[in-house]
Amino acid sequence: MFLNQTKADWKRLGIYYLILFGWLATTAMHIPDGYLSPLTSLVMLLLVLPFWAIGLRKIRQTMSARSVPLIALVAAFCFVIMMFNVPLPGGTTGHAVGAALAAIVLGPEVATIAVSIALMIQAFFFGDGGILAIGANCFNMAVVIPYISYAIYRIFSKGTPVTSKRRLAGAALGGWVGVTMGAFFAGFEFGLQPLLFKAADGTPLYSPYPLSVAIPAMVLPHMAVASVVEGLLTALVVGTLQRFNTKVLEGAENPAAAVEATGLRRLRWVWAGLAILVLASPLGLLAPGTAWGEWTRGELTRLGIKSIPAGMDQLSGLWGAPLAHYNLPILGNASLGYILSALVGILVVVVVVWLFMTLLTTGAGKREQKP
Amino acid sequence: MSLASSKALPKRSHVLEDTLHGISETLERGLFAEEISLRRGLLQGLDARVKVLATLALLVGVSLSRNLWVILGLYTLAFGLALASAIPADFFIRRVWLALPFFTGALILPALFITPGPVLLHLPLGLVITQTGLNSALFLLLRVSTSLSLALLLILTTPWNTILSALGVLRVPDVFILILGMTYRYIFLLLHTANDMFLSRKSRSVGALSNANARRILASISATLLGKSLNLSSEVYLAMQSRGFRNTIVTLKPFRMQRRDWLWLFIFLAVTGLAIFLGR
Repeated sequence: MFLNQTKADWKRLGIYYLILFGWLATTAMHIPDGYLSPLTSLVMLLLVLPFWAIGLRKIRQTMSARSVPLIALVAAFCFVIMMFNVPLPGGTTGHAVGAALAAIVLGPEVATIAVSIALMIQAFFFGDGGILAIGANCFNMAVVIPYISYAIYRIFSKGTPVTSKRRLAGAALGGWVGVTMGAFFAGFEFGLQPLLFKAADGTPLYSPYPLSVAIPAMVLPHMAVASVVEGLLTALVVGTLQRFNTKVLEGAENPAAAVEATGLRRLRWVWAGLAILVLASPLGLLAPGTAWGEWTRGELTRLGIKSIPAGMDQLSGLWGAPLAHYNLPILGNASLGYILSALVGILVVVVVVWLFMTLLTTGAGKREQKP
Repeated sequence: MSLASSKALPKRSHVLEDTLHGISETLERGLFAEEISLRRGLLQGLDARVKVLATLALLVGVSLSRNLWVILGLYTLAFGLALASAIPADFFIRRVWLALPFFTGALILPALFITPGPVLLHLPLGLVITQTGLNSALFLLLRVSTSLSLALLLILTTPWNTILSALGVLRVPDVFILILGMTYRYIFLLLHTANDMFLSRKSRSVGALSNANARRILASISATLLGKSLNLSSEVYLAMQSRGFRNTIVTLKPFRMQRRDWLWLFIFLAVTGLAIFLGR
């Protein structure tokens, strides 16, 4: 967007950044409806689904029926903690998400469920955060923050006693990095909108800022305020629990071994990789030519191949793909078509995997506990 | 709240007061929604499933539309429905448009200038407002306000437990609905508990509170609240068991579609279809 700017434009851009930073520093990460295209919302929802599946599965393995009130109360706790005004050194105040704390106490898989529920209640009963954008909000706050915070907390706390100071550092850094990464993903989702969804005259239809503006505008203020609040509150609460209630801090550590054993940890990286691939799929448009080995008859002739096997000639018309060339002509937008194709592909895969996992996890037949 | 407070404080910290204020505001909002949902009005009389489906459909309509007038039309529809459902007009406008300029309005402001396009207006400092910038700002503002208005209509005219039961239509699994319902219930309990803790701490503190002290108090209240929540969860579990909870979840589905419900469902879906068609 800003590749061909003159010096004056850059100066102007600087002013806008300043305004934007100032305002965004006051905002939380809840994305309202209207900022993201419905397609983006759908993709984000699909990205969250496997994490919900993992969470529910973990709950069933370790806690069974006890989990219903436990999750309800931790979700309620997260909701309440989001309302606390935490003062920062220097005089600003901000709100924490509580996701890092939930991850330390329950483990990231279960924390995902609890924070998601808190976010849904905010959207469905209080009008905070979008209803269509629930997938994006859950991904940014209920998946990214718990998993990243917990990973960092674990690195710091491995092999230390519950009351160790290193855990405090891990909790603080975990909360800070977690929320910063959550903000990064939110900025990334915002930044994709003007790339993919524009009216015919170039008017951005949703969030208008390109990646080069949206990501720094989300990440920098969060690094200064919201992330600090999350890190600070997490560390302070962990510190208090170390003094008065160490049992709570030990909870998440034992079930972790069980998850390690199921191999779900490896699966998680698969999903993460998949997510990056979907979002990066329009990059395919930048590559010239056709993928190696996927030439059509005409292209083969152009490549200098004189004799095309007769069998190939006959078979080439046999299968008309529903999304030929990964493009839907009606959409009139190649990037959009590309993302949509990636989406449809992923959708099919996800549905299959989802069904498979559901069958796997509900093998015992408790109908009411289906994810 | 999508609008988080972050303001410079004087030396004395008002953190406890601010948090107390926030908590009681949330409690009030819950009560207010409950009160409106009991009034007699158009939307209050409709089947909750119709409202949930219609809200989702109209939200999709708002977010798919590429025409400002269509979105404006949908906002007008939402406003009309609010009036027909005994929602105070000033409240409905204030709730949506008071927070909006601070969050979305401010966020969209730079877009007026930096979106490339035909120049509409020259301002001092070399700033220009572009037509595309203005349009994209209007798109975002209208979309956000209309979506929020539609969501508010559902929230304000439907008791929360009815929304929960209606979520079953969307194939939300029963166990999820059960957890959502319990969470909602315990949010109010924990809010009251937190409120009491803040109030009792505040009534015992004399003089100004330094930021560091305020933080310490917040941390110990949070930790205590967390401990209480976890303890309570095992008590609730025992209570559920002693009342015979055997992992089977029965949700009340007190719904019967009347002719009027079908009619309005058809109207809402037709409006959505029309909006998507006109807003292509």
